[in-house]
Amino acid sequence: MTDAVATDEPRTVSDTRSSGRFVLIAGTVLLCAWVLVPIYLLFVNTLSSPSEVTGFPKTGLPSFDFSSVQFFISFSGVARALWNSVLVAVLTMILSIAFGAPAGYALSRFEFPGKEIFRMLVVMTRAFPLPLLALPLAIMFIRIGLDDTPLGLALVHTVLAMPFAVLITFSLFSGIPIEFEEAAWTLGCNRWQAFRKVVLPLVLPGIAASAVFAFTISWNEVFAAAVLTIENRTLPAFLVQSLNVSPLHLKFAGGAAMVIPALIFIFAVRKYMFAMWGIANR
Amino acid sequence: MNARYLPYMLLLPATVFLLVFFLYPFVQIAVLAFTGSEGFTLQHVQTMVSHWKFGTALWNTILLAAIVVPLQLVMALTMASIVTKLKDARNTILYIFTIPLGLSDLAAGIIWLAIFEQSGFLNSILAGLGIIDRPILFLGYQNIWVIFLAVVLAELWRATAIVMVILVSGMGLIPKEYYEAAEVFGASPWKRFTRITLPLLRPSLQSALILRTLAAFEVFAVVIALGGTTLPVLMGETFQWQFALQDRNVASAYALVILAISIVSTLFYLRVLRVPKEARI
Repeated sequence: MTDAVATDEPRTVSDTRSSGRFVLIAGTVLLCAWVLVPIYLLFVNTLSSPSEVTGFPKTGLPSFDFSSVQFFISFSGVARALWNSVLVAVLTMILSIAFGAPAGYALSRFEFPGKEIFRMLVVMTRAFPLPLLALPLAIMFIRIGLDDTPLGLALVHTVLAMPFAVLITFSLFSGIPIEFEEAAWTLGCNRWQAFRKVVLPLVLPGIAASAVFAFTISWNEVFAAAVLTIENRTLPAFLVQSLNVSPLHLKFAGGAAMVIPALIFIFAVRKYMFAMWGIANR
Repeated sequence: MNARYLPYMLLLPATVFLLVFFLYPFVQIAVLAFTGSEGFTLQHVQTMVSHWKFGTALWNTILLAAIVVPLQLVMALTMASIVTKLKDARNTILYIFTIPLGLSDLAAGIIWLAIFEQSGFLNSILAGLGIIDRPILFLGYQNIWVIFLAVVLAELWRATAIVMVILVSGMGLIPKEYYEAAEVFGASPWKRFTRITLPLLRPSLQSALILRTLAAFEVFAVVIALGGTTLPVLMGETFQWQFALQDRNVASAYALVILAISIVSTLFYLRVLRVPKEARI
């Protein structure tokens, strides 16, 4: 009897559902492992002593020995490189928001001749291998005394980050009805006051997110940094230029030093990630 | 202030900045590549082409892009489809999938170095399984194809996230009614994917492919971290000429080559994945 009942059940549907569900979950777990395991392995190496890093075979578990990290931090040039990285990234952040946000506001609020030309200019930056800008700019910077300075490098990074800032702030401002501003005008605010008191508080979180994004772009950039800096190297430039001479544990600790802030930043702006890339590529 | 001039005032800083630091330098690259002490010259281009590494670098760069980009597309479509099907934990999974997006290519190279180097985790696993007795030198000049494979894996790992993010936001724009209608008519999930998702995703596919292919031509730090100069690529050679050999003109000639293949591939995608205006969502 029980057999007959079992075969009478509409099993096929629920079976395909649950097997599909299983494939979905297995795929998700597999892909998460594909992303996370390599990062875990980097941290295992970072948190092992130098002799463990070059030792074989490895256990795959960290020994929580901080001598590699200590070696990295006290290695000559590292502290300065870290400081330069932060400096360049902060400058990039300020410059790209200062130039990008007004442009984004103009694009979202006004119709005017020449608007399309500016949009073209911004979109065009996408179709060019921007790090190559470092080559001609190296010469220009020598001429105007900006060579090997954090500001010079920040200017190149701003070319990378500003188009994003323009497109992101454009969409942020577009999300705020112009009626809000108009209401403030009728209540006696001038254009600037209406912007500062009504629009700015609403877009501030989004602008902060795009600033963090600009920071991350600069923090991660390697080629231009390596070409444009000699004495004032950023962390990626320092690592690239010493790759073939530095011991393994220095590389891994350096890699971890680059990864940790990036992880924190991406976590901080995760809510805006899709808004950013979604719009930025339309 | 007059409202007519306000938008121009607001755009002025960004425009001037882009003209000085974006358009002008690109003109400068061409000038550098084609001028010598006596005006126009093809000598730098000749130096570049006649160097034995040029052909290999060009070939490696294009081959790398040709392998990495299609694989990334398939992976990203899979990831995006998974994400759209998930209900609970969607945001967590999405965050995990997008982590590599925020990492530097140099960091990605170093991460995969931890796996592929001689005392690394791959050798440890192989030894643990009893397949090998002593660690193999994977990243040496004797087996360049392993370096190539490691670079492919590192690039897949690092840069698939960006394609996925673009595709996920593109999928969000496709109206749900289309799928419901297809389901009513009995279309299988695969059919729904190929007949609805893919065609309507064309604008997103286009921008993702352009972005990724260009970035693939710029591959640099991953290669340097994993193989030093053993595996020549265009960007690495540009860096070598600029930095080690101190010849800006030849470096600029290399830059022009990268620029040229970037423009050709962009035009290719614009043409092949053209979206008629009336077919846009």
